[in-house]
Parts: sequence; structure tokens; C-alpha cells
Amino acid sequence: MAARNTGMEFDSSLVENVHINLAAIKRRAETLGTRRCVKKQWQAAWLLRAVTCIDLTTLAGDDTESNVSRLCFKAKQPIRHDLIQALKLGDLEINCGAVCVYPNRVADCAKYLKRAGASHIPIASVATGFPTGQTPLKTRLEEIRLAVSEGASEIDIVINRTLALGGDWKGVYEEVKLMKEACGEAHLKTILAVGELGTLANVRKASMACMMAGADFIKTSTGKEGVNANFVVALVMVRAIRDYFQLTGFKVGFKPAGGIRSAKDACTWLSLMKEELGEEWMKNDLFRLGASSLLGDIERQIFHYVTGRYAAAHELPMA
Amino acid sequence: MMSGQQQASDLNSITSIFESMSYGPAPEAPNVAQAWLDDHKRDFGLFIDNKWVKPEGRKSYQTKNPATGEVLAATCQATQEDVDIAVKSSRKAYESWSKLSCHARARHLYSIARHVQKHHRLISVVESLDNGKPFRETRDADIALVVRHFYHHAGWAQLMDTEMREWKSVGVIGAIVPWNFPLMLLTWKVAPALAMGNTVVLKPATYTRLSALLFAEICAEAGLPPGVFNVVTGSGAMGSMLAGHVDVDKVAFTGSTGVGQTLRRLTAGTGKKLSLELGGKSPIIVFESADLDSAVEGIIDAIYFNQGQVCSAGSRLLVQESVQEKLIAKLKERMTHLRVGNGMDKVIDMGAVVDESQRKTIDEYVEEARKEGAEVYQASASIPEKGLFYPPTLITNVQTVSRVVVEEIFGPVLVVLPFRTAKEAVALGNNTIYGLGGSVWTEQIGLALEVALNIKAGAVWVNAHNLFDAAAGFGGYKQSGFGRDGGKEGLYEYAKPKWEERARPAVQDSNLKTFGATVQSRPTIDQNTPKIANKQGELPTIDRTYKMYYGGAQKRPDAPYSRPITSPEGKVLGHVGEANRKDVRNAVEAAHKAAPGWGKRAAHNRAQIVYYMAENLELRRDEFAQNIVEMTGKTLEDAQLEVDLSTQRLFHWGAYCDKYGGSVQETTLYGATVKIHEPVGVIGICCPDDFPLLGFVSLFAPAVIRGNAIIIVPSQTHPLAALNFYQVFDTSDLPAGVVNILTGDRDHVAKYLTEHQDIQSMWYFGSAEGSRFVEYTSAENVKRTWVNYGIPRDWANPEQGQGEEFLYQSIQCKNIWIPMGDIFAN
Repeated sequence: MAARNTGMEFDSSLVENVHINLAAIKRRAETLGTRRCVKKQWQAAWLLRAVTCIDLTTLAGDDTESNVSRLCFKAKQPIRHDLIQALKLGDLEINCGAVCVYPNRVADCAKYLKRAGASHIPIASVATGFPTGQTPLKTRLEEIRLAVSEGASEIDIVINRTLALGGDWKGVYEEVKLMKEACGEAHLKTILAVGELGTLANVRKASMACMMAGADFIKTSTGKEGVNANFVVALVMVRAIRDYFQLTGFKVGFKPAGGIRSAKDACTWLSLMKEELGEEWMKNDLFRLGASSLLGDIERQIFHYVTGRYAAAHELPMA
Repeated sequence: MMSGQQQASDLNSITSIFESMSYGPAPEAPNVAQAWLDDHKRDFGLFIDNKWVKPEGRKSYQTKNPATGEVLAATCQATQEDVDIAVKSSRKAYESWSKLSCHARARHLYSIARHVQKHHRLISVVESLDNGKPFRETRDADIALVVRHFYHHAGWAQLMDTEMREWKSVGVIGAIVPWNFPLMLLTWKVAPALAMGNTVVLKPATYTRLSALLFAEICAEAGLPPGVFNVVTGSGAMGSMLAGHVDVDKVAFTGSTGVGQTLRRLTAGTGKKLSLELGGKSPIIVFESADLDSAVEGIIDAIYFNQGQVCSAGSRLLVQESVQEKLIAKLKERMTHLRVGNGMDKVIDMGAVVDESQRKTIDEYVEEARKEGAEVYQASASIPEKGLFYPPTLITNVQTVSRVVVEEIFGPVLVVLPFRTAKEAVALGNNTIYGLGGSVWTEQIGLALEVALNIKAGAVWVNAHNLFDAAAGFGGYKQSGFGRDGGKEGLYEYAKPKWEERARPAVQDSNLKTFGATVQSRPTIDQNTPKIANKQGELPTIDRTYKMYYGGAQKRPDAPYSRPITSPEGKVLGHVGEANRKDVRNAVEAAHKAAPGWGKRAAHNRAQIVYYMAENLELRRDEFAQNIVEMTGKTLEDAQLEVDLSTQRLFHWGAYCDKYGGSVQETTLYGATVKIHEPVGVIGICCPDDFPLLGFVSLFAPAVIRGNAIIIVPSQTHPLAALNFYQVFDTSDLPAGVVNILTGDRDHVAKYLTEHQDIQSMWYFGSAEGSRFVEYTSAENVKRTWVNYGIPRDWANPEQGQGEEFLYQSIQCKNIWIPMGDIFAN
């Protein structure tokens, strides 16, 4: 595993003279899925890899112990047991990359993952006034500390869009830096909330500010904004990751989240990582898919691979 | 130890793929295409009159899949006899097809679009198998554009009566198309040709005949009447038979510049229309203000699309010095991800090149560059060992003198040249005999548009490359050819003015070598009215010396020879200079000096000048009329009418100064596709002898108002009216060098004008022999021509003397593609 990003001094040149051409990026984004595809056992293998990169997520006001426990058990056994058997994976165990919940549900996760014998699956907690971030810095930082103390080993924070839209990238940087400190050993994923940044140039600048501040991952969105994960913003973000790596030698991870539902898209996401950043960025230490319903579609595809038939939804255990 | 087979199967197990995350093969199934080939017993004839025709005793050509070498089918090598049958069939079909209502033709084109769509997958597979290009491209680009083109032109068929009111169909079109986009490029000919009421005999390229044959079947299925579209397959020589066929009225060609030149010479003087879409060496210009990551993707689209076998391929990367290193590093990294393989595999970026000879040519260019000390970088994530594959190639450390920089390679080979400033970028971009396309990469819109306007090419893409659409014409400047495929501008290639009948001059044996040779005039003694020693006590008239006029000043001929200009009775009215090739040289230089400024001048300002000419002409109405009477023997009334019509014509063209700049094309692009009617450049014009003033005005005015600079040869027999006109120019604030007048032997001057490499178009209104000479000789630098084949027109008739044809001849279309968008979220 690569050395964690320790961040760097704020370098204003990285958020200046940013040239991003939306139309050109759209063209690239449109052909990502047509230039590459995987079939047969490649498809099965890629889908399994995608499963291991999923942050299986529930972020709702009505989350309770019962649905969170279901989520934890599903993360432990994301694909129906008999299907996994049929794939002949040997020792290879397929779990989701993490479970992702609100801070108040972290303790539930810890409890049920333990019960499932899957304490190795990380618990990711959103924090810092998710999804809007419109709470005082003091409470945002305290929220991180509380989530970590409850057992979260990954913290998905939201950046301060007020500062971002005001062009105060140093301010964004400073806040994220404090959040990184608050995380301690926990990994920091910074949610840019791209749908609220207005321009791709801002997406690039936000990516750079977060990485300079020490983010372990940069993440597209909360799932609550109008625009979520798509290949256009992804290209801007992964290219920023590439440039940051070339500059510092630190490998920062990428997490698209929100609106990722189909198995085919999951393969395209992996392919995007392969094409733009290389195979290293296709594992869950550097790549996560934030999703809830995606897993169901992948499981359906695996069912088809194994049986040659399309599954009915009720044949697969719900999360 | 595991056996090889076990090892392979192990590598392909889910667990090992889970680790390696490799791409597996994802082949498109060829079974339907194979079944179609089997339906035809893998032996194709010609498609004439909606029927398969298999003449006896023809040679055959085996068409192969370049990715595998597999023979796909045998195809027929047609002979002269077959060409005759096909042309006869199309001629017969033309009689009814051209008379169909616009709406009826629109229904037919619509039906073709529908039927192509119904067979989209099959055509895409056949095209990929036969050409080697990626199935992904045939599916998403080639065939998608074919469908779009037929829908778009169904619309033009419907609207011909309203939108092309002055125009009618041409007749039988001989279409000759290349192998790089076999079906798409034939569509670019067939769709507008049929829409405008013509019928077509098509010769597909030797390597790629199958999609044309399949398409012919589909047209028949779609209900196209027999003979409207015929396909004859054969060799290059058969292409010449088709182009040379006496009953073919127009030749439409896409292909190499060399073959284009041959076709120009072959059809010279025959009265056939011709459009040529030829080679290119298009620049990709990347500024430091560009989104470099997007530029890298654009470069991939520009040069590696279709293995670089694209006439508008961006094969010269011009990059601003300040970002060269960064851009090249990014590009090299990107290239390592490109996958080369069987075109039917859906996980590749590049397929096979079309033929072994093509692969060899590409390789020779690259090896030559290597020997010259250039740095050759070749990379790809995968490339098969067998098959006609060539890796994506990047050549740095080359100079403008290298052959790889100068010549069209037609393969996946990109050369890189640095530049310092925008001005230098434009100069390097235009430092080529070609002018088909180009792209500009910058986030500064002002810079982008200025460079786009300054690149001499028919299509310029801003922050993109190789975008095509039926609604925007595609075609070249300079030696990339003339005529446009697509858009309204493309329709003119398949239409002619309603009043005009095709000329069929019999001059094919005229001597091109001796054309325009001249022996200058010697002194003559005027028998009728000696100028000197009149009646007792009366003074002799002051000698009137008519000079030539170029660079805004009156000029004596380089070699002072003069020719007498006489009245119909033989009375000498004055002497004019005999221009020779040095006068042509000087005048062309003067014109080029003036052209850029004149082209950029505000249209309003150009209009003011032309109206001012009319004003000044009106003032001298009687003098000009008198002069016409003396020269031609016309009645004073007729002469006055000619002057008045000339004044009107100046008003007509003055009015068009600011009303024909171009339009916005309704392409599929999100953004603006702007068609600019640019000046052609420097135009040589030889005026007719009848209407010495009106002919002169009718020709110079449209050229000049659209921003061209001209060298004009007035009527050889009656040049004085035009020479008197230079005083009108001088008093009307026309900038020096915009209009340059040379007098003397029309054909002698025409010869040197046509042979001049830096004249962009030649208009010739003289003899049939001269017309042939001009068309033939223009092939050398592929200049545009407009000739009359020795047939006079009625200049007094507005339809003939000031039709839309004059505008068509005075401009060339550039389409600038400007994608837009910055808003993506809140």
C-alpha cells in the first residue's frame, strides 16, 4: 500500500490558471463506455472487483438499527453464497469496501459487523454537517472526533462550499487540514459536492486544495446534490489526482458517489481508473464506489453469468 | 509445471483476472455479415438497374479483411462495356428522376435513411470487416453519419424549389470514392446528388467495395427507382473510363491529390462539373492557454481516429514552446493506453490499416524520419503480431524540411513542431500545400477565433478535431481540392444555373503546349483617319496612351509592345500594352499585397467603395457610352444601356457586400458551427469580348465585394472601357492592388495566370480551347476554375449576368466549429 498523503503547504499556483474545457471532456466521457468493455469471465471478475470497491451506503433520516444491520451483513456477503461457490474463487473472499453511514449509526455498524464476523470491513462515517456543511467549524470538527471514537476508520467530510464559491481556496485548504488532524488515523475522504461548485475549474481547484490539505480520497458528491458522480467531473478529478501524484509522489484515492446504479457503469468506472491512472487505482485502497442500489444490479449480472438466466429481484437478498 | 494451455486458462480464470484487471476480448459477432456474403456466394457482380449483373469473362478482385487476411469475397472488375451500360441506365433513370417532384424525391431519400438505419448493425460489421477499421467507429461514426446525411438531404430534396430556386439538376454523376470511409464518403456524394435530381454511377475503392454493394441493395429495398444509383466496381483505369464517359455530366471525387489532378486533366474542357476532396496535412495548434488534458484527447481523436487514414487527420501538432514538454509527456503517457487490434474487437482504439502497401508506405516514412535523426515514439497497450497493424506513432525533433512534416502519410503518425507566438503558429499551420482542416486549442475565445479565421482550411475545430455533420460542408482550400460535401454549400456541386445547358465543346485535341503563344503587334498605319496632319491649321489630337493598371498605378508593360485597338471599321482608337508573364508576376504580387487587408476590411466600407464607383460611373455615363460605340459599333442607345446596366450591377454587388458573409449551420454540435464565406484569394479573370464594360463590371464586382483581389484581363478586342475604368477606381477610394488590369492577348495572359501557383482561382470567358487549357493547367496546383467553354452568355440578362453563381464563385466556405459549455451543475 502506498504511503498516505501527508499533504503539502498551500501552493496557490495549483488553483490558478486552471483551464478546463467542458465540451472536450464531455466527448471523452461519452466514449469511455464505448471504447472499453468486458465480457464473459472478464466481466465477472471486474464486477467482483467493483463489489470490493463499494462503500455500501445508507444515509437517510429513517436509518435505524434494523436496516443498518442488514447493510452490514450484506457488506460481508454481497453476492449470494451459491453464486460465489459457482464462480470457484478459492480463497478469494468478496466483501464490500466499507459500509458508509451517518455518525449516529457508526456504533450500530461496529456492533453488527462484529456479529457478522466482519470487523475487518471499515466503517465510513460522513461528518462535518453532511451534506451541506453549514454548521460551525467547531462542531464539524467535533463530529469527526466523535465518529472516530465510535469506531469509524474512514471519514467522509464535505468541503465548505461557501468558501469555495467565494474563491477562498486557502480557506478550504485550512479547514480540510484541520479535519485531517481531527481524523487522526482514520482515512479522510473529502466530498467536493461538485453539483454545487458551478464550474469544472472549481472542481479542479477543490480537488487540489483538498489534496494539498492531506485528503486520502477525493469524492465527488454527497448524493444529495442535483449533480452527482458522472464521468465528466470524474475526468477532472482523476486528472488532478494524476497531476498531484506527479508533483508529490502521493497517491490519492478517488470515490465517485451518487447515482451509480448499473453494473455496466461500474465496469466503466473501473476502466476510467485504468485508462487515466493505471491498475493501482483500481483497488479499494485507492478507489471506492459510493452506492446503495448498485450492488443489486451487479449481483443480478453475476447471477446471469453463473446461470445464463436473468434473476428476479426477489431472488437476491436485499440490503 | 503447468502446460501452456493450462497456464492460459489459468490466466483467464476469474481469480487471476480479478488480480490483473486485464481486458478480455469482446468481439462483435460477424455471423449476419458472413451470412450476407454467403447469400451472394461470396462472388459479387455489379449493381445496375436495381439488379445484380454478372457479365461474363471479367477479372475478379478478392477483397480481404486486413486484420486477418481472410478473403471475404470476390468482386468484379468492370470494363468499358459495363461502364457504358451503367451510365446508360443512369441516363435513362435521370429522365424521370430529375422530373420527379421535390417531395417525391424527398420521400425516396427519407426511405433510404430509414432503411440504412434498419440495417445499421449489418452495414457497420461489413464495413469493419472489409476495411479493418474499428467496428466501434463504423457503428458510432461512419454509419451514424450516413443516416444523418440522408435525413438531412431528404430535407434538401424537399426544399430544392424554394431554397435553390435559380438551380437545376446536372445529369449523371460519376462518383469515385476512397477506401478510408467507404460508405460515409459515397453518401456525401450520393445524398446531395440525388436530392438535387441527379442520378449516380458509383465506383467504390478497390479495397473496400462491399459496403457500397450492400448499400445498393438497401437502396433497392428502400424503393429507389432502377438506375438512379448504380455501382460498378473496378480498377483505377475503370475510374477513368467512368470520369471520361461522354454522358457523365459531373465527376465527384474524394481521394488523393494525385488522382484528383488526373481527373481534372481528364475532364478538362469537356463541360463536366468537377468537385475534388483531396489530401491534407492538417495542423493541431495547442496554446499554453489550452486545457492540456483535453488537448491530448483531441490529439488522439485527430490522428489516431481510423488509424490516421483520414483526409482531415491532425497530423501536424503545433505546440506552444512553453507547454511543449508538458504536453508531450502527457501525450506519450496517454498513448501507452491505446489498444490496437482486430476491428471487430470492441476493446480497441485502432484497427488494421487497409492494405499491406499502405502499411509499408507508413513504415517507410517513419524509418526515413528516424534516419534523419528524429525521435520516434511508438507505444500501445496491445498490438497483434499478425495482420496489418501499425502502432500509434509520435515523431519529435523534426523540422519543416522533413518529408514526414510536409507530406500526407495517411497513417497513425503525428509530427510535432513547436511555435513561439500565435502569429508563428498561423504561419506554420499554413505552411503546407493543403488546406482541409485544422484545430485550435485554447480557452481564450478571442485567440481561438482569430487563429481559426487565419488558418486557410475548409474546416477548423475549436477545442475539438474531426467533428462532422451533414449540415456543415467539408472540403478544402489550396491543394486539398474544391467543392464541399454537406451543408447547403455542398448542393451547388450537384446543381447548375437553370438557364444553362451543358456545354459539349469538341476541343479534346487542342494543342495545350502552344496555347497562348503570341507574336506581339507591329506598327500599323491607320488607313481611314490619320491622326497627324489633319486639315490645314488644325492641331493633331493628343495621343492617348492606355496603360495597364496594377498596384494602384498605371504601368507600362514589362516589355514595351503595344497593340492597336480599332473600331469595327478599322480605325485605330488607341494602343494598349501587351502584358507578358512578368507583368502577370508583378500584378499577382500587387494583388497579394492587397488581398489580406481587403479581405479583412469592414463590409460596409467595401460597399461604400463600390457604390462610389457607381456614382463616378454615372457621372461619366456619356463618355463611357461613346467609347463603347466607337469600339463596338453598337448604337448609342445600346451603349448607354450597357453603362446603365453596369451602374445597376455595381449597386447589386455593392448591396451584397454585407449580406453574404455566411451563416450558422444547424449541426448536431452543442455550440455554434459557423460557416464563413471567405474570399477565395487572388482571382485571375479573363473577360468576354461582347459587353466590354458590362462584362468587365459583372465579373470584377462580385469578386471584389467578397474580398478577393483580382487580376483582370478586359475584352481583348474592346479593352478601352475597362481601362477608362481605372480612373473610376482611383476616384472611388479602391485600395491599391485590389483590382489589377492587364491588357494584351487574352490567351497569352490567361496562360501565365493559370500557370501561376499563387492564383487561387481562374475565371475564363473566352474560347473553348482556352477553357480546356485553363481547366487542364489548373490541375497543377488544384486551383478553382470557372470557364465558359466558348459559349457566350447574355450579360444584360440578370439571370445570366448576376446570378447566385457569381457569389458561389467568389467565395470559399470555411466551417468553424465552436463547441460551447461551462455550465454543468448549479
